[in-house]
Amino acid sequence: MKDVILQLSVRSIRIHFLRSVLAALGIVIGVVAISSMGMMGANMTLSVTEQLSKMGNILLVRAYSGGGGFGGPGSGGDGGSRTTEDFITEAQFKDIQQIAGKYGTVYAIYSQSDTIDVGTKKGRSTIYGLKDEDLPGIVQLSEGAYPRSTTSVVIGPTIADRFGLKVGSKLEIGDPDKGNTTTVRVVGIMAERGISMDINTDSAIIGNQKLFTGIYGGEEQYNQVNVILKDINDSATVKQAILDRMNRKEETVTVQDSSRMLESITSTLGTMTTFVMAIAGISLLVAATSIMNVMMMSVTERIREIGIMRSIGTQKAEVRKMFIYEAGILGVIGAVIGAAFSLAIGYLVVLAMVGSTDYFFTPQSLIYVPSAMIIGIVICLISGVYPAWRASNLDPIEALRAE
Amino acid sequence: METRPLIELQEVTKVYALPSGDVVALDNVSISINAGEFVAIMGPSGSGKSTLLNQLGCLDRPTSGELSIDGRKTREMNDRELTDLRLNTIGYIFQKFNLIPLLTAYENVEYPYLMKHRRPDDTGHVDSLLKMVGIDGPMTSHKPPELSGGQQQRVAIARALVNDPRIILCDEPTGNLDSVTGQQIMDMLVTLNGKGRTILVVTHDPAIARIAQRTIVLRDGRVSS
Repeated sequence: MKDVILQLSVRSIRIHFLRSVLAALGIVIGVVAISSMGMMGANMTLSVTEQLSKMGNILLVRAYSGGGGFGGPGSGGDGGSRTTEDFITEAQFKDIQQIAGKYGTVYAIYSQSDTIDVGTKKGRSTIYGLKDEDLPGIVQLSEGAYPRSTTSVVIGPTIADRFGLKVGSKLEIGDPDKGNTTTVRVVGIMAERGISMDINTDSAIIGNQKLFTGIYGGEEQYNQVNVILKDINDSATVKQAILDRMNRKEETVTVQDSSRMLESITSTLGTMTTFVMAIAGISLLVAATSIMNVMMMSVTERIREIGIMRSIGTQKAEVRKMFIYEAGILGVIGAVIGAAFSLAIGYLVVLAMVGSTDYFFTPQSLIYVPSAMIIGIVICLISGVYPAWRASNLDPIEALRAE
Repeated sequence: METRPLIELQEVTKVYALPSGDVVALDNVSISINAGEFVAIMGPSGSGKSTLLNQLGCLDRPTSGELSIDGRKTREMNDRELTDLRLNTIGYIFQKFNLIPLLTAYENVEYPYLMKHRRPDDTGHVDSLLKMVGIDGPMTSHKPPELSGGQQQRVAIARALVNDPRIILCDEPTGNLDSVTGQQIMDMLVTLNGKGRTILVVTHDPAIARIAQRTIVLRDGRVSS
């Protein structure tokens, strides 16, 4: 059907082309802002999720301490003694090994946060103790050798940079003010590993278990047992098997996989994305004001026309429709142009902020373009409602008198 | 057999409430107009002629009294029904032509047709009406500002006729035209009346009043003769 009302709206926009373009520009900016921010958040989440998923083959088993929770191994303490009483015993370790050994590598860790001294520089680090046989499988070196004595350690690249340590350098573990220090020699520097679930090796000091228990005591009292699975799909099975066996009589251990960490980070990124999109959404509100202003101007300019239309038999609903169409057309034009720009600008934003566009063309990322378009069009339509209502309720006689 | 009037006003009063006080534009006006009549409405400025025409055109409602068109009481009709009445039963011809400036001559005539039938005119009805009023060829695709006053009024007449209304209301239809064009327009109205349409013309022109079968004179909102 020939929609004369739609034609009137289109012609009105054409007649006031510049004004209409400027009003639609606001929508373009709003759509670009919302979709770019959304895509950035989606790409960030996907990228982090992928990185964390790579760690999904690690299970952390800790002694049950009544609360659970996600935290790093070993905390507090200042040399000489370990502050927590919750340990995995050798017997428990052997049980875990028996359950999970066939699925991958099982190893025990001693850990303690402590003061370290290198000449005049003082700081803190986590000291790990590993069994000699586990070291080569767990720790990757960029230079040097694995520690074999009770006075040698390997250190992470971050700590090496921070304290200017090299292979052959010496450092003191423990607080000298308390007169309780152990001097050790760096025999190797670990390769950079980045974020990790099991051991944050980049800023750690790792020695063998004899060195660790020599300083802190507690032989065969492990802070944590890690399971590195050969197949990530065994994660749930192994986790459940450990819990079933170890917590048969009472709760003695907790098992953590990467899912909780992933959930937490995804949720944080989601909140951040929503917040940034809400800020970007303010630009759409500004655009809505502009659209409403243009529509009100249109109503004012066309009062006489509205009077004519009403006097020759146009229903109020048709008059309303004319202005809603006008607002909708501005919204659609703005949204379509905005979508085109969103792809280009969004791509650059993702490249700049995330550093990779691997996920840019995924549905999770691109969904923000049509979403922003819909938001833009809906906001335009809402902006047109009041002017349209006002136009349709004009008194035909008064409207006909307008010049 | 008793014939029912097409238009009937019974003690119609219209009062405008203004900040300076109420203004009585129509005061107990009672008129009956039969189908096929040609009626001139005359009177000095401010006598209530346009107010009366607005009432007859269902653009306004009386403050009191009763207006019936074709036996239907307008007081009992809602806005949608009154708009339908304007679309189907009444054709309005204004002094200032009142064409829609965004539409061409053809589209202006077709507009009420589209509103009524919800489809474009594929019967040639719009074209024949435009031809009848002397608008054809490229002129049909001209927009109102590109037409002369006489041409615009011809288009307005074609528009008023497009839905085949029983009543044609004219508010000083020749007021903005030269005497020759004005005469042509009046000839058209006479022809339309000859074809059975009821025509009411608000005018200051005694020549038009002479053409009309009946003249209603208003003074201070009252019918004086």
